[in-house]
Amino acid sequence: MRILVVEDDKDVAGFVVKGLREAGHVTEHADNGRDGLFMAASENFDAIVLDRMLPGGIDGLRLLETLRAQANNTPVLFLSAMAQVDDRVRGLKAGGDDYLTKPFAFAELLARVEAMARRGKSEGPQTKLVTGDLEMDLLSRGVRRAGQKIDLQPREFRLLEYLMRHAGQVVTRTMLLEGVWDYHFDPQTNVIDVHVSRLRQKVDKPFPSALIHTVRNAGYMLRAEPQ
Amino acid sequence: MLVLSAGVRFGIIYAAVFALSILALAVFLWWSTAGLLDRQTEAAINADTQGLLERYADSGLLALEDTIEQRLSGNVDDDAVYMLIDPAMHRLAGNLERLPAGVLAEQGYYELKLERAGRHSIAQVQQLELPGGFHLLVGRDVEVHAQMTRMLTDALLWAAGVALLLGTLGALAVRGLFRITLADVSATAAAIGAGDLTRRVRVSGRGDEFDRLAVTINDMLSRIARLMDGVRQVSNSIAHDLRTPIARARARLEDASSHAAGEADLRAAIERAEADLDGVVAIFNALLRIAEIEAGARRSAFADIDLAPLLLDLADLYGAVAEERGQTLAADIPPAVPAFGDREMIQQAVANLLDNALKFSPEGGTIRLAVQTVPGQGPRITVADGGPGIPEADRTRATERFFRGETARSTPGSGLGLAMVQAVATLHGGSLWLEDNAPGLRAVLALNTRPGAPRVNASSSAPQHGAARGMA
Repeated sequence: MRILVVEDDKDVAGFVVKGLREAGHVTEHADNGRDGLFMAASENFDAIVLDRMLPGGIDGLRLLETLRAQANNTPVLFLSAMAQVDDRVRGLKAGGDDYLTKPFAFAELLARVEAMARRGKSEGPQTKLVTGDLEMDLLSRGVRRAGQKIDLQPREFRLLEYLMRHAGQVVTRTMLLEGVWDYHFDPQTNVIDVHVSRLRQKVDKPFPSALIHTVRNAGYMLRAEPQ
Repeated sequence: MLVLSAGVRFGIIYAAVFALSILALAVFLWWSTAGLLDRQTEAAINADTQGLLERYADSGLLALEDTIEQRLSGNVDDDAVYMLIDPAMHRLAGNLERLPAGVLAEQGYYELKLERAGRHSIAQVQQLELPGGFHLLVGRDVEVHAQMTRMLTDALLWAAGVALLLGTLGALAVRGLFRITLADVSATAAAIGAGDLTRRVRVSGRGDEFDRLAVTINDMLSRIARLMDGVRQVSNSIAHDLRTPIARARARLEDASSHAAGEADLRAAIERAEADLDGVVAIFNALLRIAEIEAGARRSAFADIDLAPLLLDLADLYGAVAEERGQTLAADIPPAVPAFGDREMIQQAVANLLDNALKFSPEGGTIRLAVQTVPGQGPRITVADGGPGIPEADRTRATERFFRGETARSTPGSGLGLAMVQAVATLHGGSLWLEDNAPGLRAVLALNTRPGAPRVNASSSAPQHGAARGMA
């Protein structure tokens, strides 16, 4: 993917750009709002990582508003030290697709950028999700693995649906909390691990191979093992 | 421009109003006494003159002379003045010895200085010319009136003087009262400004406007003091509590940089330091969130909400965790729990209570999440556990930032969970009670209803997550 990083802090920018390149993405960098806007408007990117406070007279919010006013719908992830709830709301209202506060773990940023860019490309409403031998019918709300029916609680269903929609991608615990439970805070206890582990009992344990994998220091990934 | 203090201004206004009322009183007094007498005299002279002229017209000069003499002899008060003279200036009738000089030059009404029976007096007279060069002078001696007018003038002047004095004294008194009343407020404000936050404005107990002002100011000062205390306590705690994980991270990194045996060792040390720093960040986030809640900025997100699905969700989320730990989470939630507040905040507050309950409950223990709805009051969310509880002595301090009781020291945690719940409760106009669950702790989060809001109809909002109930 082609990703634009607009960030004025040299260390953070270097860290992000290096990490994204290691993950196999083509990455461009702008260190002020004006250059950032110019690049975002004149080139095609799959995703933009945008700092809110930028030098050059155009801050992140203005940049994004200008971009959206030009009908440019490139997915944008805000990366900001402004962590208040109202800041997040403002960022999302201005047209941001996701909001990550500093300090952050790179794994979280990467997972979110990839999920966001993929979401931007999804084609129409789906009625069926398939990963390996796991099938989910979104209309009848039925789940089958290797032809065998799996009974899930409503919340377990939504958790599995989220994992399947992001199959092949890393999904962090925070993303699951936000995406499945709509919680915007970090509980102290390992609530997500417990729920994923329950899901594994039903989806993975009765079968020879595991689909839900733990990604160290990051989160989980639903992936069919290569045959 | 001269800047007047409010006290002086009120004093001057008081004096001006006082002077105006005195002036109005004097004008009225004058008009109703001296003025009345003058008008009566004038009417009497007019009537007298009219009578004499009719007599003259009817019966001629001699009859007029007779009439004048008759009236003079019938005048008991001896205040009438008559004079009838012929063209040669001889007196034909009347009680003046001679005509004062220059009288004939004037016609109509005027005031005349006379000498009668050896004394000076003043008369109000009317003089007119009769056909044939005769002159008639009709008047009244008004010396008594004049004396009364002088007395009245004197009295009014004195009264004005006294009023001026009283007005000035009153103005000074008003200014003084004002200063005394405000002196305490301004002295308190000055003391607060100088850093003494314990000072309060004196309340007289009369319940007047100044008392209400004093109470309002005191409330405000108490809130400021609480906030200042919070800030002071938090900065102390931050310095103290954040130093520990930072020191740990630093020690790990330094140790690794000088003693690590190989790359794997180094990586492990760095990862542990990262985790320590994440802990520091989590504490900062919690602190900022509490500050954000306490600042009240999020009240704009308040709305009428149904807490039932929210609480069932939380019961579902934490029920699985409880089960994993060999505990039981029993949820007793009515089908609808109408409330007015910030959804996300209440969610986090209850999550914090559940986090605590799970953390401190023993294996096999039961945690109860229940809601009571009291008509006319907000919902009361209760989270009760069977853990060690909080000793009574610590309960009031348990909601302070970074407070960790003896029993909590050995468990992981930042000591910010209950502080946040308290902040959420306060923002919602409610409160957080910590009670003895014998054994264990019962935390009651009481929310307030929106003042004057229509209650959400309980029957119209059916539970949306009924299937998730009873995670026990």
